[in-house]
Amino acid sequence: MMDLLSVDFMQRALVAALLVGTVAPMVGIFLVQRRLSLIGDGMGHVALAGVAIGLVTGAAPVLTALVAAVIAAVVIELLRTKGRTNGDVALAVIFYGGIAGGVVIISKSPSGTPANLMKYLFGSILTTQRTDLYVFAGLALLVAVTTWALRPRLFAVANDEEYARAVGLPVLPLNIVLAVLTATTVVVAMRVVGLLLISALMIVPNAASQLVARSFSGALRWAIAFGLVSSVGGVALSYPLNTPSGGTIVLLAVALFIVTAVVTGVLARIGRRRHEVAETHAHEHGVECGHPAVNHGDHVDYVHDGHLHAAHEGHYDEHGVHPDHPTSAEQADPVQPAGTATGPTKGSRP
Amino acid sequence: MLVRSAALVPVEPAAPDEVLTLRGAGFGYGDGPVLSDVDLSIRRGEIVAIVGPNGSGKSTLMKGVLGLNERVAGSVTLFGIDSGEFNDRARLGYVPQRHTLSASVRATAEEIVATGRLPRIGWLGRLRATDRQLVARSLDVVGLADRAATEVSTLSGGQQRRVLIARALAGQPDVLIMDEPTAGVDAASQHVLADVLDRLVERDVTMVIVTHELGALERLLTRIVVVDAGRIRFDGTPQEYARARARVHHDHDSHHHDLELDGHHPSLAHGPFDVAHPDRSRP
Repeated sequence: MMDLLSVDFMQRALVAALLVGTVAPMVGIFLVQRRLSLIGDGMGHVALAGVAIGLVTGAAPVLTALVAAVIAAVVIELLRTKGRTNGDVALAVIFYGGIAGGVVIISKSPSGTPANLMKYLFGSILTTQRTDLYVFAGLALLVAVTTWALRPRLFAVANDEEYARAVGLPVLPLNIVLAVLTATTVVVAMRVVGLLLISALMIVPNAASQLVARSFSGALRWAIAFGLVSSVGGVALSYPLNTPSGGTIVLLAVALFIVTAVVTGVLARIGRRRHEVAETHAHEHGVECGHPAVNHGDHVDYVHDGHLHAAHEGHYDEHGVHPDHPTSAEQADPVQPAGTATGPTKGSRP
Repeated sequence: MLVRSAALVPVEPAAPDEVLTLRGAGFGYGDGPVLSDVDLSIRRGEIVAIVGPNGSGKSTLMKGVLGLNERVAGSVTLFGIDSGEFNDRARLGYVPQRHTLSASVRATAEEIVATGRLPRIGWLGRLRATDRQLVARSLDVVGLADRAATEVSTLSGGQQRRVLIARALAGQPDVLIMDEPTAGVDAASQHVLADVLDRLVERDVTMVIVTHELGALERLLTRIVVVDAGRIRFDGTPQEYARARARVHHDHDSHHHDLELDGHHPSLAHGPFDVAHPDRSRP
């Protein structure tokens, strides 16, 4: 590893991987939430046209790619809101227009070789310059801070757009901000993972995180962790294996997803076998249900006829007998009249 | 043309306790109004049900008040301010009809309810301790305090409905506007839901409940508004409504409503208001 870090371009590549691995899943979770998982892919296509324009005109390709992707992002979002008919087709027109334009324009550039195109399509850490790295770091920081600051609002809009509009949240501006964040992430990541694979790093870590997380904030943290492991691990592995960094990163992310799916699947199966389901009752336990609530580790149990019932998905789990509340008769339970208490008291009350 | 009941609440100039007033309002989605000539005024403390069969225009009316569709005629005044200039939309606590909460990503009940605070804290404000407290209290009112950290997709349909009520409550609204709160909810949950609404009534929450069946809600109401075929057909107290309904049941009229409205729902609003329909004599 020390050997790896001593190589100058590897240092730069690892820093770039660190940035991309953090930012891509952060933005990606909102795309997953809005069911727009493939939009990053399309923006990559448009960014390619921007790169081509940069190469032909002699401007910085990163800058022209950023401009092209941001314009596309805003247009797409406006089309989605205003265009009542077939936004899907409009997206396809923009996306394929972008990649076709990119290929044609790049052929006119002085350095218009296929190799030149490849390095943007699939990423090329070897050619990442120090100045590029500063630009990427700046952009990544901007994306990370904006996403973090707007996180609750982006969540609210993606969760229920109609409600957000009804209560007066700025829905369209927030959607445009998310689209611009996506476009910027695409450009930041294009030199590391490449424009064709960029969407994978936004989506696959989130797919894995959804398997383990139990809350949105938890899912976001897991996704960043998976993203960092894939991107830094992928770059580190690509050097000794002599493989392209972008493909290695994405393969690692996919492998992490598969391992997570298998592990959580097995654990869920074991868990199902182990836990005991209480008898079914139409009654729903709650604060005012009349059954005494007791804290039990990380959750609340309700004492129902001397048995502890814990809510679990659509049913109640049996969490054993409660010694202080042997029967409902002693509790003057309003829901279960005293006469209906069945079976002997198991509690060992003095 | 417009068939109005004698019990229609007279439209008066904006009163201080006015929540919303519609005058000659029409709403639609561009291809002409779905609902027209609506005169309706709701005051603080009222618990109003807007009833009507599916497709009658009751949801269009509600969405019109919320600014979610186009107003094609008339005026809408919210808390004495014309709706075009009304910016404090968080005062309207909207509880949408959702059979399930978005399941595309995982989220806890608390996280969903916390989004209800956002319109109250500005563009970049963060949720403070007081906001967290309000979120916890809202969950408490709907009886889900013990499920705050539960992932919403594992909750039952009725519990998810209550999460949405808590989300609206967290915004400290002046009126709750609920779309079909009891539809598609199993019996046990419906019972709990009715208790929750009882608790809100005790707290003097003004409520507008859009529903196609009154059912367990009827005893809570102070007023019933019947919408059918894009018009308001009745507006009065539950007692007046019961009298009007009794009149209908003498008529043995055959109805041409949706199938789901026939027979099984004695509380449904239909009948006497249909007499004006020209196609009554058809086979």
